[in-house]
Amino acid sequence: MGVLYDKLATDVRFIESLKACINCGTCTAICPAAEFYVYDPRTVAITVQTQDDAKIIELLKSETIWYCGECMSCKTRCPRGNVPGLLVIALRALSQDLGYFTESEKGRQQLALKRAIGEKILSHGYCINPDTIAPGNHPEQGPIWEWEMEHIEEVMEKLGANYKGEGPGALRKIPQEDLDEIHKIFEVTGGMDRFRDLEKFSKAKAEEMGVEFGEGANNEYFRMIYTTNNQTHTRE
Amino acid sequence: MKADGKKLIWKEYQKEIADDHYFYARSCIRQNFFPGSEKAFTRIMKDELGKDLCDNQHHTSCTGIGYHTDVVPFETTMTVIARQFSLMTEAGYSNYIASCITSFGLYTEIIETWKHFPETLEKTRDFLYKATGREFTVPNNLAHASDIIYKFRNEIAAKAKYRLVDKNTGSPLKVVEHIGCHYSKMFPHKGVGGAEYPYVLTGMIESWGGEVVDYPERRHCCGFGFRQYAIQANRGFSIACSRKKFDSMEPYEPDMIITNCPGCPMFLDRWQYALSEMEGRTYGKDKQGIPVFTYEEVAGMLLGYDPWQLGLQVHQVPAEPLLDKIGIEYDPEAKFKGPNGEDMGKPAAPSYLKFYQE
Repeated sequence: MGVLYDKLATDVRFIESLKACINCGTCTAICPAAEFYVYDPRTVAITVQTQDDAKIIELLKSETIWYCGECMSCKTRCPRGNVPGLLVIALRALSQDLGYFTESEKGRQQLALKRAIGEKILSHGYCINPDTIAPGNHPEQGPIWEWEMEHIEEVMEKLGANYKGEGPGALRKIPQEDLDEIHKIFEVTGGMDRFRDLEKFSKAKAEEMGVEFGEGANNEYFRMIYTTNNQTHTRE
Repeated sequence: MKADGKKLIWKEYQKEIADDHYFYARSCIRQNFFPGSEKAFTRIMKDELGKDLCDNQHHTSCTGIGYHTDVVPFETTMTVIARQFSLMTEAGYSNYIASCITSFGLYTEIIETWKHFPETLEKTRDFLYKATGREFTVPNNLAHASDIIYKFRNEIAAKAKYRLVDKNTGSPLKVVEHIGCHYSKMFPHKGVGGAEYPYVLTGMIESWGGEVVDYPERRHCCGFGFRQYAIQANRGFSIACSRKKFDSMEPYEPDMIITNCPGCPMFLDRWQYALSEMEGRTYGKDKQGIPVFTYEEVAGMLLGYDPWQLGLQVHQVPAEPLLDKIGIEYDPEAKFKGPNGEDMGKPAAPSYLKFYQE
């Protein structure tokens, strides 16, 4: 066995996801990502089954592992009870631990996801917040969302939310003592280490690429990873 | 729809759903886009059904979107979820309801992980105690909020002012049901009806007078895909998945779509708008689009709740054609008014989708 395969084998999600794949391709047939992207979950399973570290490193550095939408449709249909979607989750974790995620366009997006979603959990107690869904970044939300954002307090009151309020309810302000507990959980369980790694490896990649790196979203590297699509990912 | 065979299948997938005394956990996405649905759920539970529901201010996200965008490690997610269970335990409850499908899927996955890998449960207990001094008990009963509405669908039907029926013809409305992927694709036996033919929304539609549309891409993902929507460069995946569903359902001329997932109703609503702006393509009759609803919005509409308190005005695809078809009374002038009737202007009209300004 390779060193990386051994490392994968310590992840319970890997243990649950891959038990002698027979390469039948049922996962690829049902996979929404395989229909859209140049992606084939069957080959991901084949590659990992080789237990060849060189091939696994290639996979960890590739665009391939970032195409899955984690819908888990593959779980329902696999005749062997395998879960390529869960295998991808384990591979993505390892790619981030080792810093290989910065070697692909789709992998580099992890920094934007950490800042846009991960940090919101620590600051607001929830993964998303209306203040951060700027209509300018989300034209697909349409004029309804733009109007709603202009009148957020009134609309939320009308719909029965407790926007930024004390006590229970939708969109309430999460008490500081609760946010403190969440922060401590992230520190104790490795969540903060993951965040620091994403920043560290991304900063090194930005320097290598000669792209300005900074905090938040207002810097060249963030804008690049959030918007770049080299148009080689999809099927014709 | 030839339902006999499918009914035999879903009968094999029945789950136990607690009768009363629930701890309720809110959803990241639903709070932002469908707060009226969570409000309707608590109102139905308390006012219509007389149930005991704990709406606790101290709970948080389960981290689900962070977990499925792969920026939050499994150990962190397990421990945050253990904290949610600790809050439930502390409040004196043992029946847990998740408002979110991603959460429901994660809770299910983690409880199963703890069963199959007991060392992960012990590690989680240690992490939680070390971080917060808290202890917890695993829920006796875990349900998604749609399971609860499904369980009490006939009681709701008995109290309803309206049914999913065309007021002019008396014919049942044709309803597309869309189930969030994480409801039962990973653990079919944890969802009512399983993964291939889930019955949780179909049961509601049948009890409330509608007719389910069985179309080829019924089980296809809406296209959220977590990172596939959250990053601007990836959104082509998301809209392509929704479009595949619209193209597949359109020949059946559905009157409406009902969903049980936080993201799906938003995406199926917004991508219809985006497709219309990008290509001039609209679905449904007379550029009306196919209106998309949460199951609580539908229950609330049928119970006679004010559509503008339910939040139907913040849909991009207008709900009015459906309200009119059923014969639901509403005040068109109040649609974009504030909570005290104040004028808040109106959103701009889309280029193609029909817009009801009055």
